[in-house]
Amino acid sequence: MGRLKTIGRRAFLVGSTAVVGGVAFGFYLYKKPVENPLLADLGSDEAALTPYVKIDAEGVTLITPRADKGQGAYSVQAAMIAEELDVELDRIRVDPGVPSPAYWNRALADEAVPFAATDQGAMATAARGTVGAVMKIMGMQVTGGSSTVADGFEKLRIAGAVARETLKAAAAQKTGVAVASLRSQGGAVILPDGTEIPYQELAADASRIEPVTEVVLRQPEQWRLIGKPMLRVDTVAKSTGTLDYGIDAKLDGMVHAAVVLNPRQGGVLSGYDASAAKDMRGVKKIVPVTGGVGVIADNTWRAFQAAAAVECDWGPAVFAPEMADHWAELEQAFDTDPDSRGRDEGDVENTLGQTPLTSEYRAPYLAHAPLEPINAVVLIKDGRVDVWTGTQVPRFTQNNVAAIAGVEPEQVHIHAQMMGGSFGHRLEDEVARRCTELAMEMKGVPVKLTFSREQDFSHDYLRPAAIARMRGAVEGGTVKALDLAVSAPSVLTSQMAERQGMPMPGPDSSISQALWDQPYGIENYRVTAHRAQNMAPVSSWRSVGASQNAFFHEGFLSELITAAGGDQLEQRIALCTDDVSRRVLETVGEMSDWGRELGPDRGRGVAFCMSFGTPVAEVVELTNTPDGIRIDNVFVATDVGRVIDPVNFENLVQGGVVFGLGHAMNCEITISDGGIEQTNFHEYEGMRLYQCPQITVKALEHNSRIRGIGEPPVPPAAPALASAIFDATGVRLREMPFNKFVDFL
Amino acid sequence: MKLTVNGADYALDVEPEMPLLWVLRDELGITGPKYGCGIAQCGACTVHIDGMAVRSCSVEVGAVDGEVTTIEGLGTRESLHAVQAAWIEHQVAQCGYCQSGQIMAAASFLEMNSEPTDEDIDAAMSANLCRCGTYPRIRAAVKTAAAKLNGA
Ligand code: FES
Ligand code: FES
Repeated sequence: MGRLKTIGRRAFLVGSTAVVGGVAFGFYLYKKPVENPLLADLGSDEAALTPYVKIDAEGVTLITPRADKGQGAYSVQAAMIAEELDVELDRIRVDPGVPSPAYWNRALADEAVPFAATDQGAMATAARGTVGAVMKIMGMQVTGGSSTVADGFEKLRIAGAVARETLKAAAAQKTGVAVASLRSQGGAVILPDGTEIPYQELAADASRIEPVTEVVLRQPEQWRLIGKPMLRVDTVAKSTGTLDYGIDAKLDGMVHAAVVLNPRQGGVLSGYDASAAKDMRGVKKIVPVTGGVGVIADNTWRAFQAAAAVECDWGPAVFAPEMADHWAELEQAFDTDPDSRGRDEGDVENTLGQTPLTSEYRAPYLAHAPLEPINAVVLIKDGRVDVWTGTQVPRFTQNNVAAIAGVEPEQVHIHAQMMGGSFGHRLEDEVARRCTELAMEMKGVPVKLTFSREQDFSHDYLRPAAIARMRGAVEGGTVKALDLAVSAPSVLTSQMAERQGMPMPGPDSSISQALWDQPYGIENYRVTAHRAQNMAPVSSWRSVGASQNAFFHEGFLSELITAAGGDQLEQRIALCTDDVSRRVLETVGEMSDWGRELGPDRGRGVAFCMSFGTPVAEVVELTNTPDGIRIDNVFVATDVGRVIDPVNFENLVQGGVVFGLGHAMNCEITISDGGIEQTNFHEYEGMRLYQCPQITVKALEHNSRIRGIGEPPVPPAAPALASAIFDATGVRLREMPFNKFVDFL
Repeated sequence: MKLTVNGADYALDVEPEMPLLWVLRDELGITGPKYGCGIAQCGACTVHIDGMAVRSCSVEVGAVDGEVTTIEGLGTRESLHAVQAAWIEHQVAQCGYCQSGQIMAAASFLEMNSEPTDEDIDAAMSANLCRCGTYPRIRAAVKTAAAKLNGA
């Protein structure tokens, strides 16, 4: 045990100094190193050289703490470690690890401060550091904000390098050969005579020496993996039906559960009658849960059937009952004091003139609707709680489950499961909470709770509905004044304060995300955010505020450029104040041969959005056929600084475009009688394969910081589509979904 | 009740109206077929009955009158079906949750139409939803699989 203590003290990584070519976290409160969580249950011949690398007799395990919801996070994290550790991706295992403060997410903190991503000034940098310190102290192990690569790019490569050099030092000690003449390759240290010592055989020795913390990271020209096409670690399993998602978890003696919750979301259960349901085949128990009733049975379908047979008496709506009320709330919010004014340059009031252009834009509520309905398995036994669930917030879930089960958080063991999508839904943990309530009634028995698709839809936490009111003026062929006001409910308050109990004082910058922080130089430019009250509970939805605000900003900018008689692309390039973004715009112009003759009934549109520090420009080309609009081509140019895996990168960008276009075309969530009206995919279709355009992607690498790509391709899709529809048909779309106004093929 | 799945025979004691999907998943532990919508909208649950692609969420087990094949029975890591090999070559999957169903739909479709046009592929594969938007890669993988099945 003495050994563990010594290593525990040196659980370095975060807070380490003197890492050549890497980060040197230094001067804040967070200097104090955090415990390496891998040391807690290590066998005697195992070594956990950093919180990210574990080596035992079976081989090398890379810990990939950012959740994989389909975006390839495990692979990309593993690749960053493997690059320096000199192991092959098909020879290692990945493990999401356990919830631990060691895995706090620094890049996410960068988004939580009121400085534009392009702002690298001293104030902005200092503020990001402070928020980062707070997140570290709170141990925010969160997957979100397209931050996995941004957060891990240095950290994970350093982890790999530290582990490699420590293994080499151990080999030197063991063999008497000088470290300088040792190499590493394919998961082994190689002696000058060619003898290979597998890392496994060095693990015990390595655990007894001081880790080597002075490491030099490899230069890009030396990289074997990064930047080259790689086979994702989960591709084969996902192509053979052998990958187990949370919904596939199988435990001995497991029972299957369903819930029926108050359709007036968040409303209470006033009473219920289970007499018809309780004698149905396979039913074991019917119990009340928060806001509804749970049925525990021996088969999911039987649980669904019985849940439908429970007669419930539901409490009243807890927010404005009808959709019209929600729009009215959004309208009223414009009359309230601003939540923030992210930008106020020049003199908007005096330059708008007597007859400014004005427009009102609207975006509806949306559901996350990942294809895997939310689910969890919980086993409560002898004061210990085990939870198998897909989650982007394991630490929150641990605390929430502990509170329900009446145990200390340390007694709750989260087993992170692969997710069949998330789009933000797995930042919530209502399914784990409900499942814990059910498991309390079935101690000693693992309970799997699967939300039916209908329950998943009707109890999702939504992408905010929002309204933008915009005014602008043009002069001399360009935009002279732009005044943007937006009204939306606060995601931070709803998601973090109300559901996770984390106080969120101050303005919510996501309300005007992608409005105030765009790299355009307009002389008179003002952005005001208003916070709407009494709305449905809202949540982070793939690209958060940018998902609706890019449509507002770019849609209205297109109107102004049209009014100025300018070219949509040339004007954007002329207004752009950021070199990296300007190149992205120029590149999408070259890719699409912007300006070439398109032929009759065709149209094109361009839109740009910088979100999470990643600039993305998209050009949509379409044809207005007699049977409806057919989207032919989408060209995407972006810049994340460094592409780790070009294959997965292209797939994510294409998927983001499909996601953005599909929701803009035909998706909305509406409220009636205090509840969500849409119940399944026939009322919330998204894009189908036959509607999918050719999508051509180009990644530049000029961004000075490494950025993520999970969300940024989504925001420009809707405004580029709207602009192309205007070009082809003359119809200006100011409200989503567009199929309310035009037909699609 | 008897059921043949991936070549193995099972004796079942379940309600005949239980959807095949839940028999496979919860009674037999065959979880390659996924639950996505339960109402024949998404295709995640697609399996074959005598080679024909069906939505197992919407087929009552009592009505099954042929051999059931799930993704697990189509091919394995060691001996991949041509469609699975193409799915790996093109790295189609993101979350992958829809892909069992996509692969089963494609395999059955190519069985019936060995030289599909782009329009044929679009029509055949549009009943399967992919929330992650992997459609461009699905198209490419179906073409590769078709070529391989034709010995090209
Ligand atoms: S689950 Fe069967 S089609 Fe969706
Ligand atoms: S890959 Fe996620 S739903 Fe298709």
